[in-house]
Amino acid sequence: MKTVRSLILVSEDEASNRLGARTLFQNLQDALQEFDLQEEVMLSTITDIGRSDALPLVIVYPEAVVYGPVRPEDAHYLIEEHLYKGRVAEDLLAPIRQLSGRIAWLRARKGTLPAEKRVVLRRAGRIDPESIDDYIINDGYLALGKALTKMTPAEVIAEIDKSGLQGRGGAGFPVGRKWSFVAGASGSPKYVVCNADESEPGTFKDRLIMEGDPFALVEAITLAGYAVGANTGYIYIRGEYALAYQRLENAIEQATAYGMLGENIFDSGFSFHIHMHAGAGAYVCGEETALLESLEGKRGEPRSRPPYPVTHGLWGKPTLVNNVETLANTLAIICNGAQWYRSLGTLSSPGTKVYTIMGQVNAPGVIEVPMGITLREVISIYARGMKPGSTFKLAQTGGSSGSIIPASLQDTPMDFESFRKAGVSLGSGALLICDETTCIVDLAKVLLQFFRFESCGKCTPCRVGTQRAYEILKRITEGQATLDDLDEFPRLAGQMEQTSNCGLGQSAAVPLRDILKYFRAEVEAHIRLGVCPAGVCPMTVERESAQTKTPVLAPA
Amino acid sequence: MVNITINGNAIQVPSGTTVLRAAEQAGITIPTLCDHPDLHPFGGCRLCVVEVQGARLPMASCTLPVNEGMVVTTESPALTKSRRTILELLMSNYYDSGYKDGQKETTQFMRWVKHYGISVKKAQAPAPRYPVNSDPNPVIWVDMNKCILCTRCVRACAEIQGRFVWSQGGRGFNTRIVAGAETTMLEARCETCGACVAFCPTGALDNRLSMGAGKPSTVVTTTCAYCGVGCQIDLNVKDNHIIRVTSNPDASVNGMAMCVKGRYGYDYVHHPERLSKPQVRRYLLKGEPKPKASAGANPGENSDPLWDWVETDWDTALRITAEKIAQARDQHGADSVGVLTSAKCTNEVNYLMNKFTRQVVGTNNIDHCARL
Repeated sequence: MKTVRSLILVSEDEASNRLGARTLFQNLQDALQEFDLQEEVMLSTITDIGRSDALPLVIVYPEAVVYGPVRPEDAHYLIEEHLYKGRVAEDLLAPIRQLSGRIAWLRARKGTLPAEKRVVLRRAGRIDPESIDDYIINDGYLALGKALTKMTPAEVIAEIDKSGLQGRGGAGFPVGRKWSFVAGASGSPKYVVCNADESEPGTFKDRLIMEGDPFALVEAITLAGYAVGANTGYIYIRGEYALAYQRLENAIEQATAYGMLGENIFDSGFSFHIHMHAGAGAYVCGEETALLESLEGKRGEPRSRPPYPVTHGLWGKPTLVNNVETLANTLAIICNGAQWYRSLGTLSSPGTKVYTIMGQVNAPGVIEVPMGITLREVISIYARGMKPGSTFKLAQTGGSSGSIIPASLQDTPMDFESFRKAGVSLGSGALLICDETTCIVDLAKVLLQFFRFESCGKCTPCRVGTQRAYEILKRITEGQATLDDLDEFPRLAGQMEQTSNCGLGQSAAVPLRDILKYFRAEVEAHIRLGVCPAGVCPMTVERESAQTKTPVLAPA
Repeated sequence: MVNITINGNAIQVPSGTTVLRAAEQAGITIPTLCDHPDLHPFGGCRLCVVEVQGARLPMASCTLPVNEGMVVTTESPALTKSRRTILELLMSNYYDSGYKDGQKETTQFMRWVKHYGISVKKAQAPAPRYPVNSDPNPVIWVDMNKCILCTRCVRACAEIQGRFVWSQGGRGFNTRIVAGAETTMLEARCETCGACVAFCPTGALDNRLSMGAGKPSTVVTTTCAYCGVGCQIDLNVKDNHIIRVTSNPDASVNGMAMCVKGRYGYDYVHHPERLSKPQVRRYLLKGEPKPKASAGANPGENSDPLWDWVETDWDTALRITAEKIAQARDQHGADSVGVLTSAKCTNEVNYLMNKFTRQVVGTNNIDHCARL
């Protein structure tokens, strides 16, 4: 995909085609040539956009202006006004009120460029992360001050609940509900645990928050402690995050020195202490119950649920476990109110989301955008398009435990609800953008290799299932598989999804299903034709070193 | 009490009971491998999954506490399929090298494998992953190719014996049961009590002394003769020989637990030098004076034939003992007599010896071999 100034999408579902969408497309193409814009503007089509009242629709990016209905003879005028003269053709705009479905979120933006909206990253990179003074000057401790002096814990929880904030670790559980569960659980003491064990491959959003704005995390954990009635907090941080660890420790030290942490904070009678704990490199310890086991000094194995950590968490006490990004969001909600927060993102998933973009794009990196942005927008606007000569093939979300998003789903708004409906998941916010040089079987093999290595080994479906699936994938890449092997995927995936003890085994099943669902032809090409369409797989047996040991029998 | 329905049967169980235990009480068997009534629930093998009304996914019944009004189904075509798949996955890592094992009968794992109609030969791993007999422990045989990672050995060692010899090493597919930090069992401070063997459902841990001994013709439940605790044990007898000792799960004193002596110290029973009748020195039997030892002989050594041991009956042996004790007391005073009793006697016998020493002999000189 080349880098272009604008992107025009023309709806091409059946109803649109009846109303002349094809001719419109042709006319738009001619008009672009006429104004000599064909190098700067990309013209493409889009299907199933969820409204049929103003067909055919034309959507112009990056401003995300929706025109409709556009007749074929309007093409010249539209190109001239919007793309040549650079102003919105007001009289062709689609009636805004009737927007629904996949592009409903456009209404909130009012047809403007979907700029990055920094909520949790607003201070990162702008303040000195090692100075509490700098933090306080930049609105630091406003939220905690407000909560401790003007609000009861129940009011804090009610505000979070009203904001509709969902957990940003990947599952999207409503945060207000979780907080009220812990606050209402019997048992004392209670604990707040911050899950900073960010181990998803390619995810580094929490690292940015912790390294760029460590005081915010310390403040947010204290706030959560006040809300749920806990006096002790733990930060379980990924062992490899040395700088983040150092900065958080410094933040705890300075906050304690300033009386923002410790006994009787803000003279409110509320006391809170935070301890740091560095993980030892196990991916599974990002799972909340494995994290608690590890924090207790045991082997990091997920517990069986029920009971859940909200009632039986750390040392069997009610425990709130939240992701770094989730906690960071709460400060802005308390400062600015739930209503303000709901103005961001979509109705079902308010707020912003931090994404880490990698792969075959021009500008990989971290962005924070409102929920509901589509993958196409992320790639064409924030990531400045695919690398020269690359065509988008698929995106892998959420580090490893997300989904494979094929090109056909790239206009799905990225929020928890829409993704759930589309049968995919958002994961932790990592977006691996792949082009046609990525082989789907090879990708799945890499994912399963990761899972079989990182499974804790507790339950059978995950421990053995990942290994068996990996073996089959390896056979496919070596040209040794048969079509019967493909039938094993749904069987293994079903077993892993149904009976695994935790989310790791369940998400390890996702690639097995997805590759057959979206890329069956490519997988079968490996088996039927013996070729890898992407030219990645060796298709010959790679000799393995003799791993198996011969049995040694004891002398009789 | 909590009311639940399992397979249409309404039952009442105390709150906190797991669904698996509740089903057991109702006489319903749910297949399981990692669960054992004496150990904390683990939830690893996933064989015991059941369908719970209202739950999105099947749930492991061994870790699921009962809830008021819960409706549970333990058998369905989907569950059978799921269990078969789990067993096949476990079998794909299981390798039987073909030697004759030391277990009493078919292992629990093999019972379920056969129950679900899985062919061992077809389903088992193509090659072993670990050396057979990988630990030099004198009584416990280790073959990790048969391990299914149920961690019953880990839990038995930690929860019952408090020794913490076993643990899980590695992670993912590479997870394995290790002693200590991958040392030998003895280096990991194993006391060779064999609890891990008793709890192992696959034969990965086995009784080394009983390898190839086969099935017993009778099983005799008896009380261990080693100490006053009075553990109940099962002697597995074949051809009038004890071929192994197994735990009796119904034992009220010790349950599945036993020490190294009770479980493995049974070779004295058939030992050729074992005394089965009382013996006395010939001079005592003949009423002659004690023969003088030749000069330079070690204490207790005497070549005189009067010094030899001879078999006699209990009455004679006891009469001589009584006479000698009385004689010593009368000639040298009661405190010249001392009594040492044995841990191999029962509590009652030890109590009687105490009474005898203090009241009949009249001395406080009594001690016991197990007084530490």
